[in-house]
Amino acid sequence: MKTKGKKSVVRQPKSKSRAPSRPAPKSRFLLLVATRKGAWLYHSDAARKTWKVNGPHFLGQIINHLVLDPRDGKTLLAAAKTGHLGPILYRSTNLGKTWQEAERPPAFAKVPEGEKGRAVDHTFWLTPAHANEPGVWYAGTSPQGLFRSEDGGNTWTPFSYINDDPQYRQWMGSVQDGTPDGPKLHSILIDPRDPKHLYFAMSGGGVHESTDGGGTFRTLLDGMDAVFDPANVAFHDPHCIRMCPTNPDRLYQQNHCGIYRLDRPSDQWVRIGRNLPKRISDIGFPIVVHPRDASTAWVFPMDGRMVWPRTSPEGKPAAYVTRNAGKSWQRLDVGFPKEQAWWTVKRQAMTADRLDPVGLYLGTTGGELWMGRDEGKRWTLLARHLPEIYSLETAELS
Amino acid sequence: MHVLIPSALLSYTGRSQIEAEGATLAELLADLDRRFPGLRFRMIDEQDRPRPHIRLFVNGEQTFDLAHPLRSTDRLDIVQALSGG
Repeated sequence: MKTKGKKSVVRQPKSKSRAPSRPAPKSRFLLLVATRKGAWLYHSDAARKTWKVNGPHFLGQIINHLVLDPRDGKTLLAAAKTGHLGPILYRSTNLGKTWQEAERPPAFAKVPEGEKGRAVDHTFWLTPAHANEPGVWYAGTSPQGLFRSEDGGNTWTPFSYINDDPQYRQWMGSVQDGTPDGPKLHSILIDPRDPKHLYFAMSGGGVHESTDGGGTFRTLLDGMDAVFDPANVAFHDPHCIRMCPTNPDRLYQQNHCGIYRLDRPSDQWVRIGRNLPKRISDIGFPIVVHPRDASTAWVFPMDGRMVWPRTSPEGKPAAYVTRNAGKSWQRLDVGFPKEQAWWTVKRQAMTADRLDPVGLYLGTTGGELWMGRDEGKRWTLLARHLPEIYSLETAELS
Repeated sequence: MHVLIPSALLSYTGRSQIEAEGATLAELLADLDRRFPGLRFRMIDEQDRPRPHIRLFVNGEQTFDLAHPLRSTDRLDIVQALSGG
């Protein structure tokens, strides 16, 4: 299948403040936007002032995740599904000029006659493997499954034993235990120091770690709350987990039941979200870590009261940042609507670049794309009228 | 035999009306997949079940059984249900 997108130019308003002059950056910058109705690529440079939009790609298809391989800087993988067809992965090796279907997308093993086997509804999460494993990728699916590709995402096989292990199947729960659009395996994290050290999380089904390349996994739940019976792994609902790039022994987690931090070698998650204002609470989906400062992380709180509106608390959207590993939090809402803004941000739809100063990006359930300049001090609207945004990723290109 | 392809899958076949072969539905779908790689998985899951919203009609009669026998004069309509938004 070949598809091409359209290009147009979006210019951002000039800042009124005087920034110190810096040499013109050389690198190109890419913002990958996956939505309910297709994907868009936003091109800029390190200044991030002018944007060229390329898209839509896969118009009408649900794109859960769109990721550029940082190891080769040119392979794009898109996890896609139309409303009524089976899931597919698309691959591009020319930054989206053309796309090819994966020959064998993630799929569960066929079960013996008479048994009821599972079918992958969609691939939800894509993670490039360790830098020393070029072409290797991991995928998390819905229903929960863990898969690996060793050929740049063209063919996929079940990874490790968890997809069909009776204990893991019990922990994965049933569709009644999962999110409204299906239970998910997500937050696949690779320790940059060791390709055999992996984490993943499941909604529901908890947090899991392997130190032997998937030969064995163990749960990592100490300190985490659950809505009901924390002793039952299936009831644990981590929403998003991130590893600090400059300190892989520190993880941050946004959970159904709060915000947590884990400092290895401890196995104990510490709830750090209670330091947010009570009227805001620490419920939400995404969590983003600073590319260079392991004490800094951002969240986007959501109204999780009563029926779980999944909108901004009080209709007043705001990100919150901690710069001391969760001891305190500051509100970041300059530039956002002050009221009657009833949207939120999905777990994969908030991210940060690695430039200086760090730019934050979030895509809303209402189809708006925002940039938080200078680490979120000021928010500006990059685009509106997009479909519901499912994920954002950034990439720097040479 | 004559096969009707739904619009959502035209990116694979290029045409909505095609000819295919098979003594059973399973064989016919294998024939289609051989000629249009990836097509089968979009309609049939890894447990060999028709996916939700995919309907298979042989001579106007709906079937979910991939072992359903076929004759060369039969007609298969693959219909994608138009439910949902």
